[in-house]
Amino acid sequence: MIKLEQVSKTFGSESAGVHAVRDVSLHIAPGEIFGIIGYSGAGKSTLVRCINLLEEPTAGKVTVDGQVLTDRPVAGPGELQRAFRMPPAQLRQARKKIGMIFQQFNLMPSRTVAGNVAFPLRGSGLSGEAVTAKVKELLELVGLPDKAEAYPAQLSGGQKQRVAIARALASEPKVLLCDEATSALDPQTTQSILRLIKDINRKTGITVVIITHEMAVVKEICHRVAVMEAGCVVEEGSVYDVFSNPRQPVTRSFIATTSNLGKIRELIDAGDPMVELESGQIIARLNYGRGNVGEATISQISRKFDVDVSILYSNVEILSSQPLGGLVARLSGDRVSEAVNYLSERNVVVEVLKRG
Amino acid sequence: MAELLNVIMPNVVERSGQFWQAFGETLQMVGIVGVLAVLIGIPFGVLLFATKPDGILKSRPIHFVLNKICDIFRSIPFILLAVILMMLSRLIVGTAIGVKGAIIPLTVATVPFLGRQIEGALSEVPSGLLEAAQAMGCSPWEIIWRVYLKEAIPGIARGVTITLISLINFTAIAGAVGAGGLGNFAISYGHSRGLADIMWTVLLIIIVMVSVVQAVGNLVVRKTTH
Repeated sequence: MIKLEQVSKTFGSESAGVHAVRDVSLHIAPGEIFGIIGYSGAGKSTLVRCINLLEEPTAGKVTVDGQVLTDRPVAGPGELQRAFRMPPAQLRQARKKIGMIFQQFNLMPSRTVAGNVAFPLRGSGLSGEAVTAKVKELLELVGLPDKAEAYPAQLSGGQKQRVAIARALASEPKVLLCDEATSALDPQTTQSILRLIKDINRKTGITVVIITHEMAVVKEICHRVAVMEAGCVVEEGSVYDVFSNPRQPVTRSFIATTSNLGKIRELIDAGDPMVELESGQIIARLNYGRGNVGEATISQISRKFDVDVSILYSNVEILSSQPLGGLVARLSGDRVSEAVNYLSERNVVVEVLKRG
Repeated sequence: MAELLNVIMPNVVERSGQFWQAFGETLQMVGIVGVLAVLIGIPFGVLLFATKPDGILKSRPIHFVLNKICDIFRSIPFILLAVILMMLSRLIVGTAIGVKGAIIPLTVATVPFLGRQIEGALSEVPSGLLEAAQAMGCSPWEIIWRVYLKEAIPGIARGVTITLISLINFTAIAGAVGAGGLGNFAISYGHSRGLADIMWTVLLIIIVMVSVVQAVGNLVVRKTTH
């Protein structure tokens, strides 16, 4: 549905400018919920704007639903750059099929909720009654049937985002771009907005691209995820694969934010008595992957190697209908290293955090 | 009532014919120039705003020209502008004096003033709305009409209010250089002949006019802010 090929965006001059997006290639399949995660400044907001050309890529090709929006191949030495950009009128038509919602909602304050939802329907050829019916239907879909005559200033953040979703869906787009759509909301409201997006995706098969800096958002609804750092996509894959087997430090740091397993490092750094070790003891983090969460590996190493395992933290969750998790434990006994090897053989990733 | 007026403003009552004529001239000038200023000044301000380097119809030459027009005419004191433009007035409307002669100088002074106010009002519209409208596939003119002008109505109302108030001020100055109206009346009788009651009456009327304009402006702002 969305194909980005070697997309780059540089603000300012090529040499001295800011390279917000560097050589990003992504394929997003129809009906998919695709997450793009990164810290602020990683270039994710610029990247998502390259999909509807709110930002025009300085290089690369953008194809949405089979239509090429822009194509600027990086010219080799001595090669003429043959750039293509969709003409403005055609681009506006294409944009009507790419809905977008924003962190700050961007509702028109002078229009009522119904007026906002009807905004993109002007010039669509629908009659007045058809527009009213469509607005009613959309407000029911987002759960705000009684707010049609309210003004945005009278709504809560979550309600505003629901109106924004209804507005984005009014022109029946095939793609919904969400730019930090839940970042201004509290955790409960975030959950309800994500559930709504998930629902709409299931009902209509709309392709969703979610930009976020919260791993919890990705975990909650995305099928696949790309991790961005300094303008590049450094890691991409199914949410389960990326979570269970992160390859890049930035990915690990994101994952650490969603589980309490990261807290142990703080305790170790602070020299907390809870993590003081005697000689021969270790503190290790055991990360479970696909399939082995259910195995009784802890009991097994206790029995086989006569190792005492004291669990400090543990965290197991269900991701994409598969369990994923890990625990932090203090292992003591003479045969600790054998136990660690045994665990590694069973596909448990063992990371020794501290040795006594 | 008539007796009372005779006591507190004998000179006004004595010249009531001239007074009503002067009042009518002021209303005429404010009315005609006010309408012209809105008709020309709003599009002027919209273009000034939209052609900015980061605007939706960015155009360096157009913006440069409009911006300079604005700066130049706003920096000329109105009394000088009025005198200078009288010649132009004679060419265009055939006379340099009276209400007819004052319309061109007043319009030339008021349009750039309102233009800046409109530019300011449009700049207050959050840039996120522009982005949202672009993402919805709106054309630049649709964005100007359906987003900027619509969302800026309270700001535009404020700008028009301030402009009308300074227009009332300009008409009094124009009066001093031959345009007639209350300004002229107050200067030729209140000031030159030292008839204090005429001066006070004119002042009072102008204060009431300004208050009415301000009150209507405030009402519009309140009704259009959600």
